[in-house]
Amino acid sequence: MGVGIKVEHLNAWFGKHQALHDINMDIAANHATAIIGPSGCGKSTFVRCLNRMHETIPEASADGRVRIGELDAYNGTAAVQIRRRIGMVFQKPNPFPTMSIYDNVAAGLKLNGFRNRQHLDEIVERSLKLSALWEEVKDTVRKKSGASLSGGQQQRLCIARALAVEPEVLLMDEPCSALDPISTGKIEELIFQLKENFTIVIVTHNMQQASRVAEFTGFFLMGRLIEFDKTEKIFTNPSDKRTEDYITGRFG
Amino acid sequence: MRTRFQQSLEELRSKLLRMGGLAEQAVDRACQAYLNRDLARCHMVLEGETQINEAEREIDELAFDLIAMQQPAAVDLRFILAVTKINSDLERVGDQAVNIAERVMDLVELPIVDLPVDIGRMAAAVSAMVSRALESFIEGQAELAQAVLEMDNVVDRMRDEAFISLVKVMNDRPAVTRQALDALLVSRNLERVADHATNIAEDVIFWVRGADVRHNVSTDAPMHQAAPDAD
Amino acid sequence: MPDLSKSTQGLPRMGLWRRAKNYAATFFAGAAVFLVLVPLTAIFAYLVYKGVGALNWAFLTQTPKPVGEAGGGMANAIAGSVLILAIASVVGVPVGIGAGIYLAEYGRNRFGNLVRFTADVLNGVPSIVVGIVAYSIVVLGQGHFSALAGGVALAIMMIPTITRATEEMLLLVPQAIREAAYGLGVPRWRTTLSITLRTATSGVITGVMLAFARVAGETAPLLFTAFGNQYWNWKINQPTAALSLQVYTYAISPFDEWHRQAWAGALILIILIVASVGAVRIVAGRGMLKGAS
Repeated sequence: MGVGIKVEHLNAWFGKHQALHDINMDIAANHATAIIGPSGCGKSTFVRCLNRMHETIPEASADGRVRIGELDAYNGTAAVQIRRRIGMVFQKPNPFPTMSIYDNVAAGLKLNGFRNRQHLDEIVERSLKLSALWEEVKDTVRKKSGASLSGGQQQRLCIARALAVEPEVLLMDEPCSALDPISTGKIEELIFQLKENFTIVIVTHNMQQASRVAEFTGFFLMGRLIEFDKTEKIFTNPSDKRTEDYITGRFG
Repeated sequence: MRTRFQQSLEELRSKLLRMGGLAEQAVDRACQAYLNRDLARCHMVLEGETQINEAEREIDELAFDLIAMQQPAAVDLRFILAVTKINSDLERVGDQAVNIAERVMDLVELPIVDLPVDIGRMAAAVSAMVSRALESFIEGQAELAQAVLEMDNVVDRMRDEAFISLVKVMNDRPAVTRQALDALLVSRNLERVADHATNIAEDVIFWVRGADVRHNVSTDAPMHQAAPDAD
Repeated sequence: MPDLSKSTQGLPRMGLWRRAKNYAATFFAGAAVFLVLVPLTAIFAYLVYKGVGALNWAFLTQTPKPVGEAGGGMANAIAGSVLILAIASVVGVPVGIGAGIYLAEYGRNRFGNLVRFTADVLNGVPSIVVGIVAYSIVVLGQGHFSALAGGVALAIMMIPTITRATEEMLLLVPQAIREAAYGLGVPRWRTTLSITLRTATSGVITGVMLAFARVAGETAPLLFTAFGNQYWNWKINQPTAALSLQVYTYAISPFDEWHRQAWAGALILIILIVASVGAVRIVAGRGMLKGAS
């Protein structure tokens, strides 16, 4: 089951440059929340703060409170522990190129010391089914490299890899920006099904995508959360002029 | 900046205004035709009908194209939706004008009688509603539109009064039943026009405020930065 | 209307000029390849021509005969070379790869730059100097020449090449691959070993093989470390024969028989290097999957 995320007074920096200013946000469990905004508005930084990926960049730092269910991400919890509970899918599909499809999906578990063969088989199959890739790869799952799949398949492989560690939250950082409309459609359909078991936060440049998949939408501008509301509200009648200007394309 | 898109929206707006002008003119001409038993005006209304239908089709096509090709959102989406609804209301206004003109053509052969109903006053009120509704669209003024909604009650009352007195006339003076019936139908046509004007005003409010005011749905103040509840 | 006629008139001539440039570039590239291949094949052909005559079963199975006696072989030197190179690899490869990992993953600082600079300098140090270093550390420490000392000398020569190659290869691994692992909650050290290094495997192996091939033929550092030996030796703390040493000794001798054997030894040495590089490539390639880059 997914858990909610409560963000309070989150600030993030790259060196001396402040990338996020006092973000407060309640992300609902088992729903999809879209993060939209122009390039450089801090939306990627925001989701990377949720699973403490932000701090893997040299000189990057963050403070504030992020509660993932009952876990306090920035207080007394190890980063790796947070990341095991929050799966992440990146902008460009990034399967491990030297690993088979099977090993890609099993990587998160194997590398964290999980070695029960039979159980691994089950998890790999279930994860690939969840990400709607199983039918396409079941015969070559151990023979073919993850890198040999098409872009859309690679991205679903990455989703399966993230799901295999059984997270409660799935962060997607522009997961479809490198994909064609058909692959995009498959992944959007997938997001709908995944909502049943996971909380989803999706960063997207494509506003139609946000409106299609997410119940809630947050609009970021220059490191600030300008508006956060139900998606239909944001896309039909936003409260803030800046949101409306962005949504309608009158922006810069 | 999506300037081309903005230009298209502007084009849509001016097309709708022209359409509004045609519909308004049709109602005025039909009322004049009734009051003066003027067959020439009746024919002008009937000819105008084709123009209105043509204009309606053009507006629908443009709006349809914009939705399909530009994926409008927020205020733009509301605007285009409002335009299509106003468009179809205006077309119906044109239809009502035609109905009135047909009544007049039916009436011209009959003797003139004095009836206890002031169609001229009703026509003036209805025509004011239509032009106010269009004005609120031009100005993007929800307050003006609100005023139109209130005027609708006045017209409704006029129609009810006309109904009662004309039925009485039909009972008392069977010889003028046809004239009374025509007057009754015209008052009903005018009341319908007022309803369309009301719809237009509601669509303007929806476009401007993003709130649906039809059928007295309450319009809560929009939430801002509020945490959405997980329902 | 822009005047198109002029530019279209110019086209055929432009095409000619462009084609001429293309041919010229192709020709120079081809000539360069030729210039590289000529000495390579010439050396190999000459080695075969000169050496194959002295190659026989005895050469591969017997130890050298005393001066003046015909026959004998370099079996002990072949074995010694294998032993010394094994020691060099066991010592040099882990250290080199480890240092490369440090430079790529943690070395974005002044200490890293110092290590990088040191490695580059070490790469340029004459091999005889490396031999002296190994002599003063290992030979003087042990009190006698040994295979170990030779192995250490060669290892020192391998390390900078492997280090820099490993670093370069690891830096070629996209950051996105590391992030994918971090995102799964894999600790950094595990990511480096199991993901980054694994992704860069084929490049790192190339670097190792390059270093290996380079030191396999070295003579100077072995002169006063492994020293040479006329007899079989399998102990790592005893003086040991090596092909390159034996070739050197025989080549500067005044005897025709030894000259012929020196040619044969050089041929065997080259075959050994090519064979081991090839074998590693095949073994490493077997682990690769279809479609893996």
